[in-house]
Amino acid sequence: MKPFTYERAHSPAEAAAAAARTEGAKFIAGGTNLLDLMKLEIETPMHLIDVNGLALDTIETTPEGGLRIGALVRNTALAADERVRRDYGLLSRALLAGASGQLRNKATTAGNLLQRTRCPYFYDTNQPCNKRQPGSGCAAIGGFSRPLAVIGASDACIATHPSDMAVAMRALDATVETVRSDGTTRGIAIADFHRLPGDTPDIETTLVPGELITAVTLPKPVGGKHIYRKVRDRASYAFALVSVGAIVQRDGTGRVALGGVAHRPWRVEAAEAEMPRGAKAVTGRLLAEARPTQENAFKLPLVERTLGAVLAEAKG
Amino acid sequence: MRFDTPATTNPIDQLRIVGQPVDRIDGPLKTTGTAPYAYERHDVVPNQAYGYVVGSAIAKGRIASIDLTAARAAPGVLAIVTADNAGKLGKGRFNTAKLLGGPDIEHYHQAIAIVIAEMFEQARAAAQLVRVDYVRTDGMFDLAAAKDSWKPAAGFDATADSGVGDFAGAFAAAPIQLDASYTTPDHSHAMMEPHASIAAWEGDRLTLWTSNQMINWTTDDLAQTLGIAREKVRLVSPFIGGGFGGKLFLRADAVLAALGARAAGRPVKVALTRPLIANNTTHRPATIQRIRIGATRDGKITAIGHESWSGDLPGGGPENAVQQTRLLYAGANRMTATRLATLDLPEGNAMRAPGEAPGLMALEIAMDEMAEKLEIDPIEFRVLNDTQVDPENPSRPFSQRQLVECLRTGAERFGWKTRNAKPGRLREGRWLIGMGVAAGLRNNLLTTSAARVRLDHRGVVTVETDMTDIGTGSYTIIAQTAAEMMGVPLDKVVVRLGDSSFPASAGSGGQWGANNSTAGVYAACIKLREAVAQKLGFNSADTIFAEGQVRSGNRTGSLAEAAGDAGLVAEDAIEYGDLGKQYQQSTFVAHFVEVGVDVATGETHIRRMLAVCAAGRILNPKSARSQIIGAMTMGVGAALMEELAVDKRRGFFVNHDLAGYEVPVHADIPHQEVIFLDETDPISSPMKAKGVGELGLCGVGAAVANAIHNATGVRVRDYPITLDKLLSGLPEV
Repeated sequence: MKPFTYERAHSPAEAAAAAARTEGAKFIAGGTNLLDLMKLEIETPMHLIDVNGLALDTIETTPEGGLRIGALVRNTALAADERVRRDYGLLSRALLAGASGQLRNKATTAGNLLQRTRCPYFYDTNQPCNKRQPGSGCAAIGGFSRPLAVIGASDACIATHPSDMAVAMRALDATVETVRSDGTTRGIAIADFHRLPGDTPDIETTLVPGELITAVTLPKPVGGKHIYRKVRDRASYAFALVSVGAIVQRDGTGRVALGGVAHRPWRVEAAEAEMPRGAKAVTGRLLAEARPTQENAFKLPLVERTLGAVLAEAKG
Repeated sequence: MRFDTPATTNPIDQLRIVGQPVDRIDGPLKTTGTAPYAYERHDVVPNQAYGYVVGSAIAKGRIASIDLTAARAAPGVLAIVTADNAGKLGKGRFNTAKLLGGPDIEHYHQAIAIVIAEMFEQARAAAQLVRVDYVRTDGMFDLAAAKDSWKPAAGFDATADSGVGDFAGAFAAAPIQLDASYTTPDHSHAMMEPHASIAAWEGDRLTLWTSNQMINWTTDDLAQTLGIAREKVRLVSPFIGGGFGGKLFLRADAVLAALGARAAGRPVKVALTRPLIANNTTHRPATIQRIRIGATRDGKITAIGHESWSGDLPGGGPENAVQQTRLLYAGANRMTATRLATLDLPEGNAMRAPGEAPGLMALEIAMDEMAEKLEIDPIEFRVLNDTQVDPENPSRPFSQRQLVECLRTGAERFGWKTRNAKPGRLREGRWLIGMGVAAGLRNNLLTTSAARVRLDHRGVVTVETDMTDIGTGSYTIIAQTAAEMMGVPLDKVVVRLGDSSFPASAGSGGQWGANNSTAGVYAACIKLREAVAQKLGFNSADTIFAEGQVRSGNRTGSLAEAAGDAGLVAEDAIEYGDLGKQYQQSTFVAHFVEVGVDVATGETHIRRMLAVCAAGRILNPKSARSQIIGAMTMGVGAALMEELAVDKRRGFFVNHDLAGYEVPVHADIPHQEVIFLDETDPISSPMKAKGVGELGLCGVGAAVANAIHNATGVRVRDYPITLDKLLSGLPEV
C-alpha cells in the first residue's frame, strides 16, 4: 500500500470538486474492494476522499412512484428494505446472493456498481493486465479463463463485472445520479453506465474524473415475478459463473439480464421479445455475438439452461 | 519402552478418562482468542520488526539484477536480505527448492528477498519497490505433456513398481474388464493460519516462534539451512492454526525471519501473505491415474493394476497414489507403478492423506464402475473382494480389519437399500438424487515418540513433549493419557507442547500423531509410576494409581507426598519392534454420500454424509469426530471445487488466494454423521489406538463422485466435478 492523504468530504459537490482538483484522488465509502486492491498496489490512490459522512444513506420514494436509493445505503439495508422486498424483489435477491453478511454490512450501493473485476490476472501484479496497467497486455487471454467473459470482450480484456446487484439494477432500468466537479448533476441510465472493455479496459464506466454517485433511482415497479438465479461452484461466497436476473409477467413477457458473462451486466432488450418462446430463443439473441474460450464455452449452455429453469419457476 | 509384543491389559484399559468425549482442554484459550499463535507472540521478545517476503515474478530462469536502491530508501526500512547478502545457506532435508532463491529461479513466487521495516505497512510498501530484472527460460508446466518423459526418482525407483502373479495375462483373460483413466488436480492446503514466524537472536543462539507440525524435523532443517549447530536453535510452536501437511517442513517464513533478524539486529516477524501460500509453499501434486481391474462374472477380482503419474521439481518426489491399491482388495494378479515427471511448478509434497487421498478418489470410482459392469451392488462387490491379509504377502495378516463391518453398518444406517441401482431415476423437484459409497484405507504408521513427565508437590502432573496440536486435539488426548496413567483428574494435568527443548515426539503428520505421541506419554508415565512407587516404598507391580491416591495392599500414599518439594521427573520414549512388519496395520472407513444435482445447472448439493470408521481405540470420540467431519468436508472440496488452476504458459497457480481457490463453505456441508466401530488394536501400541485424521478424507471424493453418477448417469473421471462437466449429460430443461 502506498502512502496516501485523507480527507472527509462535507458535501457531494465539495467531494467531487476535491476529487477533480487532487491528483490521484479516489472516493472511499465501504472500502470492501478498494482497500484490498490498495494493499496489493493494484489501486494506488495518492489521496482518499471519505464520503461516508455525506447524508446519502436513505431510501426515498420518488414522485414518479419509484425509489431513490442513496449512494451510501449499505447492501444489507437495501436488501432488507420493505419497499425493495415488495416491489423490487430481484434487487433484494441479487444483493443477498452476493458476498457475505459482513461485507454487505459495509458495502454501499454506489461502491457495488464500481467494484472491479475479480479476474485473477488483474489481482497478480506480476502479470500483464491492460486493465491494471494499460498497454501491458492480457495474460488471461490464452490462460485460465474459466470464470471470464464470453461476450462483449476484446483483444485487450476478457474480464467480467462481478456484481450481482448491478445485474438487478440493469434489469430494473435504474438510473445512476451523480454530481460533477462543477456542481452540476446528471442521471446516467444504467445501460450506459458500465463500458465494454474495447481497447481501454481500464476505463470501466462513463463517469468523468471527479464525478461522484449520489443515488441510484428505480422507476416505478413493473410487477411480475422477480427471480435471481446465481450459479456458482459453491453454495455461498463465490462469484457467479453465470447469473440470471429475470422479471417475468403473467403473459410470459419480461426482462432478462445476465451476470458473469461480460464486462458489464448483460442485457439485450431485443432478445426479451423472444421470452414467450422460451429460453433457447432468448439465449440465442442474448448471446448471439458470444466468443467464448474453450474453458468457458460451457457458460453458453449454462445460461440457456438456467434461464429455462428461471422461466419454468416463473410459470409454476 | 520397547513395544515388540502385543499389548496386554494395562492402566489405559480402565477408560476412566481415555476414550471419553471430554472437551478439548485448550478450548477456552481458543474461544477467548488467547491461544498464542506464532504471529501474535508480541510478548515473547521486545522490539519486533516486520518482514515482508518478495516472491519471484517468473517461474523459471534467473535474476539478471536486483535494484534495492528505492526500497532501501523507503521509510522505516531496516534491512533487505537477498541471496546476494544472505551468506552461504544450506538446504533442509525436506526441501526441494531453495527457500531463498536467486540468482536461479526454480518456481513462481520462490522467495527472492525479504524487506525488514519498523512497521508491517512500511515493509510491504518497500517490498513493492524492489526492482528485479529477470531472464526467463522455458519450463515444463503441463503434467499431461510431461507424463511420458518420466524418469525413476532418486531413492524412489526401488519401490516404483510392485507386482504379484501375472497381471497382464489375468487381465487379458478376465471376462469383465475395466480400463479407465482418472485425473486429480493440484490442491492447496488452504489452512486458516498462514505460515508465520518470529525470529530472535541472542548472540549465536536463535529462537523461533513459529507454526509448524514437526518440531524435530524443522529444528534440524533450520540449523542445516543456516549452517549452525542444532543446539543453537530453539523452536516454539504451541498452537497451529491448521497445517494439513503444509507445515510439516521448514518454509520460507522461518528462514527469512532468521536471516532478517540477523541482518536487522533485532527480532523479526514474518507471515506469508495469502497470495504466496499457493506458489511459495508446497501443494498436493496433480495426478493422472490409470486403473485396470479384471474380474470373474460373479465379481471376484482376478487382476488389479494401478499406475500413477505426477510431477515435481528436479529432486522432488511423486504423489504415491497407488499405495492403497496394494492393500485394499484381494486379487491374485496385481501391479502398481508410480511415475514422476519433471515439472517446473512449485514443489509438491504431502497434504492430508498423501497418496491415499487422490489414489482413492480414482480407485473407488473404478470399483463403482466395475460393480456397475458386473451388475453387483457396489457394497457387495467390495465385500466380495475383502481380504484379511496383505494381498501381496498372504502370510502377513492385518492387525485389525473391519472394512466389511464398516460397509454393512453404514449401509444399514444410511438406508442404502433404498438406492436405485439404475442412475438418473430419482428426482425431487429440481434435484436429481443419488447415493454413493466408497471405501477408504489409511495406514497406521509407527514411529518413536518421547515425553517427559513431571510430578510436583501439589500432585500436579506436567507433560512435556515436542508434539504439536494442529487443531486436532493433541493437548487433550495427551492430558487424558497422563490423567489415566497417574490416576488424577484432568485438571491436575498440565500439557506443554511444541518446543524443541522438550523430548522429540512423533509430531503431527500422516495421522501418526495421536497413537505414537500418547504411547510416548504412556511410556514416560510408566517410569513415573515406578519412581512414585519406589519413593513411597511400594512394590511397583501391585501399586494402584486412582483418585490422586497411590495404593499398594493396605498402604496408601499420595502423589504429592511422593513428589515432595523436589518433585519427580521421568522421561521415556515408545520404540517399536517389528510388529509393523509382521502385521499390516491400517485404518478403515466406509463413506456414504447422498447428493442432489440441479437438473438445469448441474450444481451439486450434498444432502447427507456418513462415515463409519474402524481405527482402533478412539482416544476421545469428540475430538476424533471433529477430525473426521473436517476431513469429510475437505473431501467434498476435493470432489466438487478444489483445483489450483495451472497457467501452463507462465508456469504458476493462478487462483492463489481464497477467493479463487474455493473450499467448501457452511452452506455446502449438510449434517455429517460419524460412527466409530468399537475396536481396540493391541498390535499398534499400548494405547491400542490408531490415527483418524487422514482416514476421514480417504474415499470421500469418490463417494461424492459415485453419488453424482447415481443421480445423473454422468461418470466424471476428472476432478473436481464442477457443473461444466455434467451439463452435456443432463436432461433437457
